[in-house]
Amino acid sequence: MRDRFVETAAALLEQSAEIAIVLAEISVSQFRNRAEVRRNQERLINVGIREQLLIGVAAGLAKEGLRPIVHTYAPFLVERAFEQVKLDFVHQGLGGVLVSVGASVDAAAAGRTHQAPEDVALISTLPDWTIFVPGHADEAEILLRRAAHMTGPVYMRLSEQTNAEATEITPTGWTLLQRGDPEGPTVIAVGPMLGPVRAALASLDAGASATLIYTTRPMPVDRETLRAAPGSADVVLVEPYLAGTGLAELACTLSNAPRRYLALGFPKEERRHYGTAAEHIAAAGLDAAGIAESLNRFLG
Amino acid sequence: MTYRDLPGLMTRMTGDEKHSASATSTLDLLWVLYDSVMKIDPAAPLDERRDRFLLSKGHGPMAYYAVLAAKRFIPVEMLDTFGAYDSPLGQHPDRLLVPGVEISSGSLGHGLPIAAGVALALRAKGMQGPRVFCLVGDAELEEGSNAEAICLAGRLGLGELTVIVVDNHSSSMGWPGGIARRFELEGWHGSEIDGRDHEQIGAALSARHEAPDVVVAAVESKE
Repeated sequence: MRDRFVETAAALLEQSAEIAIVLAEISVSQFRNRAEVRRNQERLINVGIREQLLIGVAAGLAKEGLRPIVHTYAPFLVERAFEQVKLDFVHQGLGGVLVSVGASVDAAAAGRTHQAPEDVALISTLPDWTIFVPGHADEAEILLRRAAHMTGPVYMRLSEQTNAEATEITPTGWTLLQRGDPEGPTVIAVGPMLGPVRAALASLDAGASATLIYTTRPMPVDRETLRAAPGSADVVLVEPYLAGTGLAELACTLSNAPRRYLALGFPKEERRHYGTAAEHIAAAGLDAAGIAESLNRFLG
Repeated sequence: MTYRDLPGLMTRMTGDEKHSASATSTLDLLWVLYDSVMKIDPAAPLDERRDRFLLSKGHGPMAYYAVLAAKRFIPVEMLDTFGAYDSPLGQHPDRLLVPGVEISSGSLGHGLPIAAGVALALRAKGMQGPRVFCLVGDAELEEGSNAEAICLAGRLGLGELTVIVVDNHSSSMGWPGGIARRFELEGWHGSEIDGRDHEQIGAALSARHEAPDVVVAAVESKE
């Protein structure tokens, strides 16, 4: 996904004089190896390991009419520079495309400092952001091109966890993949969670009756797709970041009837484990077996 | 309007003839900047060819609002609404509410990084004429984001950029070696002036070098 991001962003840089790429050392060498970047070096800005400046400079570019694509590791892009994101972009009324790598536990062995499952929750406290969470490199390319042509603020979260196949992306980023029974649950999978969710449903008797919705744009929620889904009052949200990040917006959208909710994701806890991403995902109950177990408990 | 009208304009906001040091420390610098240095038309405050002024030290903006009113960016009557719920004029300026205001500021350490981005944008667009001025306080320089921007602007030789440091000695730990020297070490052109002397202010702010400029303007110490 990261390689595709670099390829696509470099192509966008050449295709539009309004695009600028702003980096804080991360991915600099990959970008500088691209011919498109070498031909447009005045719009490739590396500020060094200075994340507050990364966001401030990007906002200055946006203020003058450029569309900055701003990129580094998730914890440094969102958490370290959060006040800059809030004030330099949102309060100034400016837009840009923030693209992170190192989603949740991708950098598991690096430990807590490089694990940031809270990133989407933080961004979601800000008004008017569009959040893209692709589940495949093909989806990442489409979403980055879409983000480049928007005017508002966009947060795009790239991950090393991907689905086996890409899913067609609708205009809203919400797709009804499986129309279940009116008595069955509605399961919403975000980005890379689609693969394990599908596997979990396939392993359960209740899986065939479930309605399955996939989204690569968890925020804002697509009210029409959700309300048109045939599922029962049982709603399951499976996110590849902090559990329940999108639950409040989802519940407000579905407030037209009483519901029961189950939110699966990474728990809110201080993280003190290394190892592999797969180990962290299993420990959080976000692999197929863990999701199936949670669904069984929830559905009785 | 002239410089002599500014105290009266500020009184419309504060209700008395005394103004806090944070409000008046910038008064002479702002007046000279808008009166004789910057190329900007109040009738077209978003003209792409304009000089840009970013007030990073957003607190105590009465002097700023008074100068904007004197130069017809905002109506004088607007000053009477200062601080009211529906007023465009708050204790920190908002670029989306006040014509001529380039950035919304208040939290310290945001203006200079944005100003560096503005200068880089002008460069990317091949615009060599417009200048970018950014005003910070000496205590504001304690924010680490400024150090990040000072380094970048110096190394990239952003000659479009001029930083004005209002030095009222409010930095609790001070700046051993001097403020200007801190910038010069990163490749800036530095100068030190009396922040109340209009002739010195005009000369320092009108000068333009290949390197970014820092003008350290000393004023009386904070109350």
